[in-house]
Amino acid sequence: MKKGRLGRLFLTTLTLSAFTFGGGFVIVSLYKKKFVEELKWIDENEMLDITAIAQSSPGPIPVNASVILGYRINGVLGSIVALLGTIIPPFVIISLISIFYNQFKNNEIISIALKIMRAGVAAVILDVVYNLGKNIFKTKNLIYISVMIIAFVLTFFFNVGAFYIVFSCLAIGLIHLLIILKKEKRNGTSMDTLR
Amino acid sequence: MELLWTLFVSFLQVGLFSVGGGYAAIPLIQEQIVNKHELLTMTEFADLITIAEMTPGPISINSATFVGQRVHGPLGALVCTIGCILPAFVICLTLAFFYYKYRDFTGVQTVLTALRPAVVALITSAGISILILALFNNNINNIVISDFRWIEFILFVIAFFILRKYKANAVSIILGTGILGTLLQLAVNTF
Repeated sequence: MKKGRLGRLFLTTLTLSAFTFGGGFVIVSLYKKKFVEELKWIDENEMLDITAIAQSSPGPIPVNASVILGYRINGVLGSIVALLGTIIPPFVIISLISIFYNQFKNNEIISIALKIMRAGVAAVILDVVYNLGKNIFKTKNLIYISVMIIAFVLTFFFNVGAFYIVFSCLAIGLIHLLIILKKEKRNGTSMDTLR
Repeated sequence: MELLWTLFVSFLQVGLFSVGGGYAAIPLIQEQIVNKHELLTMTEFADLITIAEMTPGPISINSATFVGQRVHGPLGALVCTIGCILPAFVICLTLAFFYYKYRDFTGVQTVLTALRPAVVALITSAGISILILALFNNNINNIVISDFRWIEFILFVIAFFILRKYKANAVSIILGTGILGTLLQLAVNTF
């Protein structure tokens, strides 16, 4: 493992975790931007796979994603480091707030700032989404493009849970795999020789 | 000691059964903390959700810290948080191990490829929802056009442009929007 990565991993997860307003997919976008585009430690597909696994496992998505990401960077130690980086900011912030609860709740500037920051969060996610979506369209694969559009319509307009989307696509993937395997059996070839 | 154990076991269950993250955890926390063990009142619980939404970090970690802190001080907060993340840690570590062991197999790749466009769709949906929330201060089903917030809209356009053009880093964009926007809003409120 390359030197200095653990420290970098800790600091990066710590900073990003302090800015994840609004649910698990926010931090996934921030991770994509940092670890894929800036540091180039992992590739884009890997980040999408990590997201799918994090989404389908129990527990908060940011925690799940950092455990998997940390494991990839530096094994079990990496996962502990990334996990600590992820939970320290909310732990400290909420501990302080629970002590100064009334002052916090009634502070006008804090409530304005927290609301307005969402505009920046939205910009960051949509910037990441722009790149991700572009790459899916670039594959020119009709199935992938339609899966993306259908999944979007279902979640955004019909409030279908992310869990169901991930599992349906897992099923689509498995069926696709079975069809390929069946074809191979008929032709007497094996998948790995076709690669 | 017994109280700490109760806290630990309650949040262990929250961590284990909240699949899908975020709001999935709220009813579980309510059941464990308000209904079953009566550690918080319903009003305190409502406050907790408000705070958890306003601050960064996953809602279940925020609740664990808040409940622990209220019921048993810093030690309580620590015990609740550990309980909450322990299942996720063990399960994800196991999944990560298998993923990296088998991900280069063509079969696994075939299945994963079908998942990726869906993940892109999920992230897109989350992004647009947050944008709508920022622009109208409401979710998509309750939009009132007259609520449109110009300050957020302008900040969003500028932030998006800077991100596309200069590949700026995320934290400075979010902080910058917060500072600039708050100053603008305070100025608008005063004049």
